Amino acid sequence: MYVIVVGGGKIGINLARELMQKGHEVTLVEQNRRRYSVLEPQLEHVVHLGDGTELWVLERAGIERADMVIAVTGDDEDNIIISQVAREKYGREKIIARCNNIRNMEHFDLLNIKPVISSTDLILRLIEHEVPQHGLVHLLKLQAEDIEIIEVEVSAGSRAANKRVEEIDLPEGGLIIALLRDRAGIVPRGDTVIEVGDEVLLVLNPGLEEGITALFAAPEESFA
Amino acid sequence: MFVLIVGCGRAGSALAKNLLGDGNTVSVLDESAESHRLLDVDMETNWEDAGGMFTVGTALEIDALVEAGIENADAFVAGTNGDNTNLVIAQIAQRRFNVPRSSSACLTRAVPPGTPSKACTRFVRPRRASTC
Repeated sequence: MYVIVVGGGKIGINLARELMQKGHEVTLVEQNRRRYSVLEPQLEHVVHLGDGTELWVLERAGIERADMVIAVTGDDEDNIIISQVAREKYGREKIIARCNNIRNMEHFDLLNIKPVISSTDLILRLIEHEVPQHGLVHLLKLQAEDIEIIEVEVSAGSRAANKRVEEIDLPEGGLIIALLRDRAGIVPRGDTVIEVGDEVLLVLNPGLEEGITALFAAPEESFA
Repeated sequence: MFVLIVGCGRAGSALAKNLLGDGNTVSVLDESAESHRLLDVDMETNWEDAGGMFTVGTALEIDALVEAGIENADAFVAGTNGDNTNLVIAQIAQRRFNVPRSSSACLTRAVPPGTPSKACTRFVRPRRASTC
């Protein structure tokens, strides 16, 4: 595969190295001269000096034949422009963009750029996973494919408590993939019993969260 | 007309003062409070007394754009010194806030002659005010 990585910071350089290790052809584009002079001895012809939001730089990097374009600069507006140009001018289909500031995620959404990775967002989800406040935790979202993995704690008195997995009346588009119990992950079978306190991992089409909460988290009245 | 100008540099502030002088309502957004100075220069009264608005905020932040009045804007000018920022916020003004007239100023550095350096025209329709 031929991959163009724009942004020669820590993420870019590590990505470039890993991709080359896996046997792919890579070009890394970095606009800062000083940073470039640090990268050049290590990467030689693989690194290009230039502003990856400029058409001639992308063309020099061979964007017309790139299988994948990855925009991981430290500036969200640059990552947005790179993604748009790659898609709309050069017709590239596989584009991954990095979002540094979570508040800019909505701009990526508005301009239909996906998948978008924000490390802050990922870490926040893990924090929620470690210390769930209440309700569902969204662990992972595959935006382009529109599918999520969520986690929910089974509360006492809920419909799912003490039932076997096969007895759970899940909505169409949901599937239980694991139970987390006592810091261990169990991949259940149909006859595995779900216990109060289990964290249930489900893969889900979006929009079904309410039905899931209703099944696994007890209704408000039961706390009377 | 209510015009929102993002970027209070030489170009943005000059445009703002001109538009205000023509009788428009003008709101300026810039991330530096200092830049307000440019709005008072060569004016008889200060910017606010003349009816202008000034907000300090980051161009990409929706809250800042809303505070500066983007929801009521008839026209939007992206005049920061970052080309890519301008292209992005002009698209936001158009697509999210449906500002009827949005334009982006692209001021690019020296470039091989004959090469349109950025695909400015592609993203911001129907018109762009660019000096590419």
